[in-house]
Amino acid sequence: MTSITLTLKNTPNVPLETEVLTPDRLAGLAHDEIRALPVFLGKRQLRLDDLFDIEGERSDELQIFGATRQLKSIGRGMTRGRIAIHGHAGMHLGAGMRGGSIEVHGDAGDWLGAEMAGGLIQVHGNAGGQVGAAYRGSMSGMQNGTIVVDGSAGIEVGTRMRRGIIVIKGPARDFTGLEMKGGTIFLLSGAEQRVGAWMRRGTIVSMLPLQMLPTFAFACSYHPDFMRLLARYLSQLGIDIPHEPQDGPYDLYSGDASIPGKGEILVWRSGLSE
Amino acid sequence: MLRITGGRVYDPANGINGVIKDVCIADGRVVADVTDGRTIDATGLVVFPGGVDVHTHVAGGSVNFARGMTPEDHRRAAAFVRSQSLRSGIGGMTPTTFATGYLYAGMGWTTVNEAAVPILFAKHTHEELRDIPIVDKCSMILMANNEILLDLLEAGEHERARHLVAWQIWASKAYGIKAVNPGGVVSWKWGKNSSQLSSPIEGYRNVTPGTIVSGLARIVDELGLPHPLHLHCNNLGAPGNVSTTIETMKLLEGHRAHMAHLQYHAYGGDDWHTMCSATPKVAEYFNAHPNLTADAGAVLFGDTVTITADGPWQHLLYKLTGRKWGNLDVENETGCGIVPYSYRPNNLVNAVQWAVGLELMLLIDDPWRLHLTTDHPNGACFWRYPEIIQLLMNADFRKDCLKSLTPHARERIFLPDITREYTLYEIAIITSAGPARALALPQKGQLGVGADADLVIYHEDKDVAKMFSHPRYVIKAGEVVVEEGEIRNVVEGRPFLVQTTYDPDIEGYLRPFFESYYTMSFENYPVEMSRLEKAEVFECKRAK
Repeated sequence: MTSITLTLKNTPNVPLETEVLTPDRLAGLAHDEIRALPVFLGKRQLRLDDLFDIEGERSDELQIFGATRQLKSIGRGMTRGRIAIHGHAGMHLGAGMRGGSIEVHGDAGDWLGAEMAGGLIQVHGNAGGQVGAAYRGSMSGMQNGTIVVDGSAGIEVGTRMRRGIIVIKGPARDFTGLEMKGGTIFLLSGAEQRVGAWMRRGTIVSMLPLQMLPTFAFACSYHPDFMRLLARYLSQLGIDIPHEPQDGPYDLYSGDASIPGKGEILVWRSGLSE
Repeated sequence: MLRITGGRVYDPANGINGVIKDVCIADGRVVADVTDGRTIDATGLVVFPGGVDVHTHVAGGSVNFARGMTPEDHRRAAAFVRSQSLRSGIGGMTPTTFATGYLYAGMGWTTVNEAAVPILFAKHTHEELRDIPIVDKCSMILMANNEILLDLLEAGEHERARHLVAWQIWASKAYGIKAVNPGGVVSWKWGKNSSQLSSPIEGYRNVTPGTIVSGLARIVDELGLPHPLHLHCNNLGAPGNVSTTIETMKLLEGHRAHMAHLQYHAYGGDDWHTMCSATPKVAEYFNAHPNLTADAGAVLFGDTVTITADGPWQHLLYKLTGRKWGNLDVENETGCGIVPYSYRPNNLVNAVQWAVGLELMLLIDDPWRLHLTTDHPNGACFWRYPEIIQLLMNADFRKDCLKSLTPHARERIFLPDITREYTLYEIAIITSAGPARALALPQKGQLGVGADADLVIYHEDKDVAKMFSHPRYVIKAGEVVVEEGEIRNVVEGRPFLVQTTYDPDIEGYLRPFFESYYTMSFENYPVEMSRLEKAEVFECKRAK
């Protein structure tokens, strides 16, 4: 089974609503049916082939090419298959996805993997804000799955996330882990202010020192056993984290006491001297 | 002109129980005969008078507050896309104004009563009610925590209190009086509650919840308001509150009263772990006292948002759930609390609540006095009424649903032992004829000559929920609104209000309060008649 290739003809000057671009939707369709799928350009409804050159059919693997930064909600709610975006992706990429994988060879917009419940998203460029977050008003953000961002990320990474793993290799901005309820966030290059604000549970691990909120109390310095388990999983994704006892201990901070929460922020001790 | 021919008609107000007969309509009313015009062949179909909702929350400041607080629901709610005849909007827990009309009419309801209006929000409420198409509507103003009224009751100035209430009703263009947790919301402004009839009320010495209830019930009777005192009792939602409810009903002997969302007031037990159903006690008392009407306030499992003027209860609910909480302080008049909530079958309290709503509807003998409601959106959304009808009409279906409850919960309820099944005739009473009678709207809830031509035609189906969710036709004021299950023609509904009489000196008495205590000037407080389109004004019967 070959993949379905979609190449954007022109750069849209307003966002293009492309939530139809999921393996679930396309896998069963013939070429002509795919071409006729509806998309909204702003408020105008168009056919998919008005905007894309399309090749292939009946595949759960999508390849998307072109100046795709304005494409919103690609892979929304997908449960299987693969999407590769050879460019930048717009907002809401993989929001609510439950399975399958997405790979972006460029940047991703805000709300990457928002409220996702399973699957894997890898972004080789930078991500916007609200990675794996809860939409406004929702009780919980990401419920499961993995998001890996090679570059930087914006504000409110993992807001209200309940389960799952987010890895940000570059720096993250303010309010990482805001109101976090569970799950794990790895910050390989640290984050700006107010990490873990209103955190109830869950774990934030940072390889660099963080500017800690006053409502987080230093608890102890130790080597968490679970770091080995996580390291084994992350190594499959090409991510190396210090996990052996000889790699040095982590400083554990507990909070956010203003809730009061039982979250934990682990800062790698050896990162302090670097 | 319109003739509906061959349908099996259920018109309990006129004693018609499934009789095949024609219904003729001219100029928006039911007439004896028509000579020409369209004919709808309703052979094999069932004809009901349009539904009447005696207690719902669909418009005004508190509902809007709830809308603003629950964006997460808007994303998953049913969307109404703009078309030739429909405006855009969304359904969900608190549907938008236009969608509210489409959803009510879409399931055959043609009259609704907005049951809790702070007078300060009356203008807003009427603006929203006007934007709810198709259905006719009336509203109840919140009086039981109005501090001007309480001051008068405290001073024993009953007559002036009556003039005040009469003036407030006319000023707010309302149809009746609602009392919510009498005195409790006043206490809430000091961080307390007044949960029993004899509880003290902060800031007052003589007045208790009991005196407010009896004072207002007396005023309603003296004014001859068409609808009795619409009462949300003290101690809502609390385990063991059945004693408060029965004491309140005893206090109301000799007066007319409507017990709102009775489900929330019929619990036994001492705490959340021992909470149980106490419906037989309530039903026994209620059955023997024809001065009372009630609505069920039934609960269905699922997500919703709770909206009530009962501020202290909402704070407790927020503490119990840890979810979002919104609180409004409506100056000298009332309060309001908003908490999103999910009813779950595996939760003991929720399971008891679900059963209590159904038990009340099954244990209270007289369907004319107990009306189908969910206290929308508190117990469930109004657009889920067909699910309740199915539970009432089908004992086997109820049995299946009981399986989702824990054994622990099943021991706390009476529902498993109840075999009663509602007939279509009884459903027509609890959804239409009964509430229309309770609201004293003689032109509603019936299909006799002269009645408003609001009716609904269902395709009879073993799947009762499906039958009642998707009427074949809905006719409002003689216009075919829903045809083949979809809304094709949107008409405007009318507001109903009551003309009260009062001593004009009451305005001179009130004006200084506005200058001293209100954020709104006295002149801007009343709702002008010009804000209401095609209002139908009812007279009070000066009964006493």
